[in-house]
Amino acid sequence: MRKDSRGFKIAFIILLSVLVVVCFLLGNAKGTIEIGVKRIFEVIMNDDGSTQRMIIWNIRLPRMILAALVGVNLALSGAILQGVMNNPLADPGIIGISSGAGLFGIAILVIFPQHQQFVTIAAFFGAMLAAFIIYLLAWKGGIQPIRIILAGVAVSALFGAGISGTLVFYSDRVYGALTFMNGSLSARSWPEVQTILPYTIAGIILVMIFAQKLNILILGDDVARGIGLNVEATRLSFTALAALLAASAVSVIGLLGFVGLIVPHSVRLIIGNDYKYMFPATALFGAVLVMLSDTFARTVLSPTEIPVGIVMAVLGAPFFLYLLRR
Amino acid sequence: MKNDIIMEVKGLSVSYKDNKVIDCIDLAIEKGKIYCIIGPNGCGKTTLIRTMSRSIKPQEGHVFLSGSNIFKLKTKNVAKKMAVLYQSNATLSDATVRELVQYGRFAYKEWWKGSYEEDTKIVDWALEKTRLTDFQKRKVNTLSGGERQRAWIAMAIAQKPEILLLDEPTTYLDISHQLEIMELIERLNKEEGITIVMVLHDINHAARYADELIVMKDHKIFKKGDPWTILESDVLKSVFRVEAQITKDMDTNKPIFYAKKVI
Repeated sequence: MRKDSRGFKIAFIILLSVLVVVCFLLGNAKGTIEIGVKRIFEVIMNDDGSTQRMIIWNIRLPRMILAALVGVNLALSGAILQGVMNNPLADPGIIGISSGAGLFGIAILVIFPQHQQFVTIAAFFGAMLAAFIIYLLAWKGGIQPIRIILAGVAVSALFGAGISGTLVFYSDRVYGALTFMNGSLSARSWPEVQTILPYTIAGIILVMIFAQKLNILILGDDVARGIGLNVEATRLSFTALAALLAASAVSVIGLLGFVGLIVPHSVRLIIGNDYKYMFPATALFGAVLVMLSDTFARTVLSPTEIPVGIVMAVLGAPFFLYLLRR
Repeated sequence: MKNDIIMEVKGLSVSYKDNKVIDCIDLAIEKGKIYCIIGPNGCGKTTLIRTMSRSIKPQEGHVFLSGSNIFKLKTKNVAKKMAVLYQSNATLSDATVRELVQYGRFAYKEWWKGSYEEDTKIVDWALEKTRLTDFQKRKVNTLSGGERQRAWIAMAIAQKPEILLLDEPTTYLDISHQLEIMELIERLNKEEGITIVMVLHDINHAARYADELIVMKDHKIFKKGDPWTILESDVLKSVFRVEAQITKDMDTNKPIFYAKKVI
């Protein structure tokens, strides 16, 4: 089958869907207590009061769902940012969108701890602010790809410093400061799933509807405008969507870098740059990557857990360097 | 009686920071003609065409497309009347030729409506016009320079424009591909009635294919007229600062310009 044929792309997407199921079951099965696949289904279907039911229902099941949703959001966010910023290295973590979200989210947690429900909204504004500053710094008669990265690194450092400062001064008020900085799925359960789920669903629907617009935007601003795309409005709405996806992920598990870099890139290498196929493949692969990494982070040094962000950084940093050198 | 004016530029000025790049230009483009803009480097040709195509917003003045201010029209509606081909078309996209040409139909698509058969017919037509039917499954970034330029032109004409603006469509091409592109543009004008406005470097190409030459100097329009009027006068001498010999091409009856030395 030809690598760029429609059939190949669809086959790849089906393969990823199978992998999602496999990784999901693997994550539920593995841990200090191993649980067989058949038993997993049994305890999900009915509450028999067993310890296994408790482990699956209260801990592993929501955690794997959350891992998948976070993976989808961050991967889609990266795929969108790479398109609108015309830069293959754009990733919400690297260019500071996540730090912006993190700082604003944390600010709500420490200053208005009674208004926790606004964390995601605040995180979204932080992410948008970061994106806005990046555009402002990098815009010079069009977006210069290299300036985006430089501006992004600066923005990331700035907001990162803000987060560290907040965590130092209010360490008593922020639970699990360290896990926030490294992104961790530890002790996350159904409430977090509920927080992020609407954004994931909305994100998937919107990217599928508007994939073609992003395909046109990557032809270049002039060409896109020439064939009738409202370039400014498209870029703004996609940036907002990317910010929202990243912000919702950050507000439930903290800063998890590199997912938005590794996933869209690997997908692009395999099935090419057509966003109609890239988006679904990216979403599925994002889910696979975070579920696998988290299962690994949870089991490799069992009973000690390492934050999934550390696993991701170990995978992502070399990948980033490889892309820079290509 | 005057012909229909399809595009009009009035009092147009563009500056970057403190530098005026376009200085109060007035220009009227008549329907069905080929216009070539020529002038020395840095005279503002590219900026003019980019402003006429709504890529750059002018500080002063207006651009009218069929009587309407181009910056007030919906960009989709502009795209149905006017297509543009810019100089550098590097792209991250790995679209095939056919996909690229299909993008040219974007302005005609609304959420759910838009006829698939109609689009397919027009895409086929655009591919055939540009002689790319055999290349339609190739990826654009694997094509040679000339083929790629034809693919971008195919995308532009899939918009079914009344007017086509081109910024140095033959740069970076060898001589036969240059001619191929020029002949294609001429065919689009003669057979499809598309009005053409293009920036060209090659004065002889401009003189051979244009109905009217627009000569720019120092960010203004220096002179406008038919090829013989422009080439025979002292215009080029003072604009390009060269001593030149003008002869007549016996086949086309168009002037040929041969620059002899710098003055």
